Amino acid sequence: MRNGISFYRIGAVLIKELRQLRRDKPTLGIMIMIPIVQLMLFGYAINTDPKYQPTALLIQDYSPFTRTLLAGFQNTDYFSMVKVVSNDREGHDLLQKGEVQFVITVPTNFARSIIRQEKPRLLIEADATDPTAAANALSALNGIITKALEHDMTGPLAALQPKGAAIDVTVHRLYNPEGFSRYNIVPGLMGVILTMTGIMMTALSLTREREQGTMENLLSMPVKPLEVMAGKIAPYVLIGYTQAAIILLAAKLLFGVPILGSVGLLSAALIIFLICNLALGFTVSAGARNQTQALQLSFFLIMPSILLSGFMFPFRGMPEWAQSIGSLLPATYFIRIVRGILLKGNDLVLIWPNAWPLFVFMLITMAIAMKLYKQTLD
Amino acid sequence: MSGPSPSPVIDVHNLSKRYGGKTVVDRLSLTVPRGHIYGFLGPNGSGKTTTIRMLCGLLTPDEGEGTCLGFDLRRDAEKIKRQVGYMTQKFSFWEDMTIHENLSFVARLFELDRPDERVEAIMNSMQLTDRASQLAGSLSGGWKQRLALAACILHEPSLLLLDEPTAGVDPKARRDFWDEIHRLADQGITVLVSTHYMEEAERCHSIVYMAYSRLIVQGTVEEVIAQSHLVTWTVEGSHLMDLMRSLEGNPAIATLAPFGTRLHISGTDEALMMKALAPYMNNETLTWSRTTPTLEDAFIHFMAQHGERGGKAA
Ligand SMILES: Nc1ncnc2c1ncn2[C@@H]1O[C@H](COP(=O)(O)OP(=O)(O)OP(=O)(O)O)[C@@H](O)[C@H]1O
Ligand SMILES: [Mg+2]
Repeated sequence: MRNGISFYRIGAVLIKELRQLRRDKPTLGIMIMIPIVQLMLFGYAINTDPKYQPTALLIQDYSPFTRTLLAGFQNTDYFSMVKVVSNDREGHDLLQKGEVQFVITVPTNFARSIIRQEKPRLLIEADATDPTAAANALSALNGIITKALEHDMTGPLAALQPKGAAIDVTVHRLYNPEGFSRYNIVPGLMGVILTMTGIMMTALSLTREREQGTMENLLSMPVKPLEVMAGKIAPYVLIGYTQAAIILLAAKLLFGVPILGSVGLLSAALIIFLICNLALGFTVSAGARNQTQALQLSFFLIMPSILLSGFMFPFRGMPEWAQSIGSLLPATYFIRIVRGILLKGNDLVLIWPNAWPLFVFMLITMAIAMKLYKQTLD
Repeated sequence: MSGPSPSPVIDVHNLSKRYGGKTVVDRLSLTVPRGHIYGFLGPNGSGKTTTIRMLCGLLTPDEGEGTCLGFDLRRDAEKIKRQVGYMTQKFSFWEDMTIHENLSFVARLFELDRPDERVEAIMNSMQLTDRASQLAGSLSGGWKQRLALAACILHEPSLLLLDEPTAGVDPKARRDFWDEIHRLADQGITVLVSTHYMEEAERCHSIVYMAYSRLIVQGTVEEVIAQSHLVTWTVEGSHLMDLMRSLEGNPAIATLAPFGTRLHISGTDEALMMKALAPYMNNETLTWSRTTPTLEDAFIHFMAQHGERGGKAA
């Protein structure tokens, strides 16, 4: 093995990294604490399915239909009628001040239009600054309306039972296709935490050597770029697995998240995903001039993974440009894979559409890292 | 391994290196035969480190070509690295690893047979065994240098490139260090060692002197001194500072260097110099003697000479 890639030398670099890591207890501790703290925060402190949200009413037509509807709204527990306003402006004011989450407008001649089958427009305005807060409330709407009206349109009004919807509900905000729950947060959190720690752990690996002057020594010895990368990444794959195990365990024990699919398949996907992020971090450190620059670059790469991977906002709810950026992130695919395996029991065939992009990403990132790794001090 | 022995170990021509617009090494040519110890001297910023880095493939020369151990500088950097032991000017081992861990890492990167035995052996011969499990970062300067030297001879290289290996090392340790270097040279290892110490330069077979990015002179100590064409007078006495002040700026005097109670006065033109010194020669408090210039006199002279000609110091 004089000219090719030597596993022996990779092993040497790996042992060196493990030794240094062992003496860097704070970093090691942080890597283990991050998933635990994040899980607690997202799992317990942040409730993404809020109930009893303040709602204002603008009623321009008092009728039995209106009363039934409002009763239906209240029965969902999502809406709490706190104010009755007399015009649009008052309603908008309340929304703007954040005093209410929703304003429901029942238009004039609401009852008459229903009877005439004119499909009157029921307007629901939502404070969309936090789209997830309203998501579940809004998705409960259609059910309420149909049910409530069915109940009223019996007896003499039975003929009015519409073929389609009796009224036209207009929601002024983005529609949230994917409901949010703790079940959904755990896979997302796994993707985000591993991205974050993965990139940060290796982003400093080469810049540290460069700043401490040890890079000159390393470069003067016969070790190849790929060997350095493999040796430097490997210990963090182990740490990544530990983090993933902590998250999975907590998901199962604390939040009762089901694990329907194969853990073995998840582990296989995990290793590719970990290498993606670690190689990305390594690329950062190969390109950055100093540690500050490396950290800034990492944050620049981590932010989109938190925002656009489908963790923070439902992927299909994002505008197209955001979706295209999201499609370039490994976290996007990994989160889908984890959701698929854990919650839907997906097998390899089903996760494949999300698995191969990860693989391609991994290869491209490694190629870029090798391109950026300079074998001289020029 | 290093090809037919009569061919030089280092053989480079017109090497140049520029940073930005600044030429840091200017058309340097150097030939070093096998088994010789070459001392590399020159003022700060003259380009010694840069030259050494080009020789071991850590920097790509902008111009020039050559071979190191018979391998092309540009194409075969990989092969050169295997047979060169390079000791960096700044300590560059891993401070959060022990002496033993550092050495065993190096042994494995070079894929040495029986790496553990080799590490034990080198630690024994460099008296590092007692400190084997001390973190490199907690070693004193001299011990760091010793670790660095041990690491760069561990793989039995054919060429040692040592960049100021004895900076900050006590006299006894320095002597040990040089004894070790001579022992290695006896075994046929070639050494290029940069230093700022004159007595170390005198222990080299040959000296290469650089100033202002250029190679100025090379040869044995005697040859280098002879090439300076200096005539030196040594004065001993009490009010030497007065004498020095009155001679300063005199065009006949090239260098003035005080050594405790003695003053070295050197110039290139003996007749002119005698004329300038005549007024002080009869002073009874001063004892004059004609001496051979030292290496230091020669270097100070070269530096002044080339500083005038070659622009400002870096
Ligand atoms: N990476 C770099 N970028 C820009 N300039 C550099 C770089 N490395 C060295 N130089 C410049 O090149 C010149 C020569 O530096 P070099 O380190 O080779 O000198 P040296 O002879 O080793 O000096 P010293 O005796 O102080 O170690 C200096 O002026 C230095 O500022
Ligand atoms: Mg130097």
